Amino acid sequence: MVEFWVNVFLISLLVVITFYIIRLKSLIAIVALSGAYSLTAAAIFVNMDAVDVAFTEAAVGSGISTILFLAALRYLPLEEAHHTRFSGWSLTLCIIVGLMLINAAFSLPDFGDPGAPAHLHVAPRYIEESYPLFHIPNVVTNVLASYRGFDTLGEVVVVFTAGIGVIILLTGSTLSMRFRKSENLPVQNKEASKKET
Amino acid sequence: MRENPVFKIVSKILFGPIIIYGLYVQFHGDYGPGGGFQAGVIVAAAFIFYSIIFGLERVRKLMPVIFVNYIMALGVLVFAGTGIVSIIFGANYLDYSPFAYKIYKAQHLGIIVVELGVGLTVFAVMLGLFYAFSGFKPKK
Repeated sequence: MVEFWVNVFLISLLVVITFYIIRLKSLIAIVALSGAYSLTAAAIFVNMDAVDVAFTEAAVGSGISTILFLAALRYLPLEEAHHTRFSGWSLTLCIIVGLMLINAAFSLPDFGDPGAPAHLHVAPRYIEESYPLFHIPNVVTNVLASYRGFDTLGEVVVVFTAGIGVIILLTGSTLSMRFRKSENLPVQNKEASKKET
Repeated sequence: MRENPVFKIVSKILFGPIIIYGLYVQFHGDYGPGGGFQAGVIVAAAFIFYSIIFGLERVRKLMPVIFVNYIMALGVLVFAGTGIVSIIFGANYLDYSPFAYKIYKAQHLGIIVVELGVGLTVFAVMLGLFYAFSGFKPKK
């Protein structure tokens, strides 16, 4: 029962934070609030005993991505651009999609319902079989690295590709920096950091 | 902010423990919450924290950009290479059972190696993204 009310409190906190993210104009405040949003979401995951997910959410959502947003903010104005145009179509679309999602939420199984489809498929096998077979207490790690190693490989490749893509877009060169040096062309990274110090 | 001695001393004291905590999360992912993904982010956070206080140039000397780029690829190579090694041993791709005599020891070994690959890639991508964002020079 306590867990339920803690969840109600945290989720209403999420709603309040979202409201302020929409209302505020200062971009730094918005970035800070989105970090707070992730931290609150992590607290919800802890409350639901999904510690691994909470850990990731706290480290990535409220830690690294806030820092990256702040680093990107250096090249942006401090205030959000002012826009007053009101579009009736967008509002109608938002309300329709929102109502559809709320309607769909009613047909979801209850939290912790043992008869939920997610708990009937392969989960019982993982929970029963993994400890006697592998002697590893954390089932999440078992599933991630062993049962579904190929999926995790895909995830790592996605992280790798996304990182390479963004770095090439922003710096214009990664591995080719050595060749640029030999041609005496300006290297963007070096210049920018000199300017900073 | 960079001139404030409190920040400098605190960042110097915390830099080591954050990395040790990251390594703990990395190698105890099978006993407690955590794993390669979280560990990579935590270790990258230590370097980013240091660079916020001491400037980008000093962290670039500690962890050069070219090195970060190689680590990024190395992580994926470690993960995919583990699969190739299992094929060489005659098992399916990413099946860790032939790595040791007992199946649970083999799984332990496989999981630790694979998580190391995940951690290396995530660490390098996060740090590389930070380098790219803070060293970015917009064209006027």
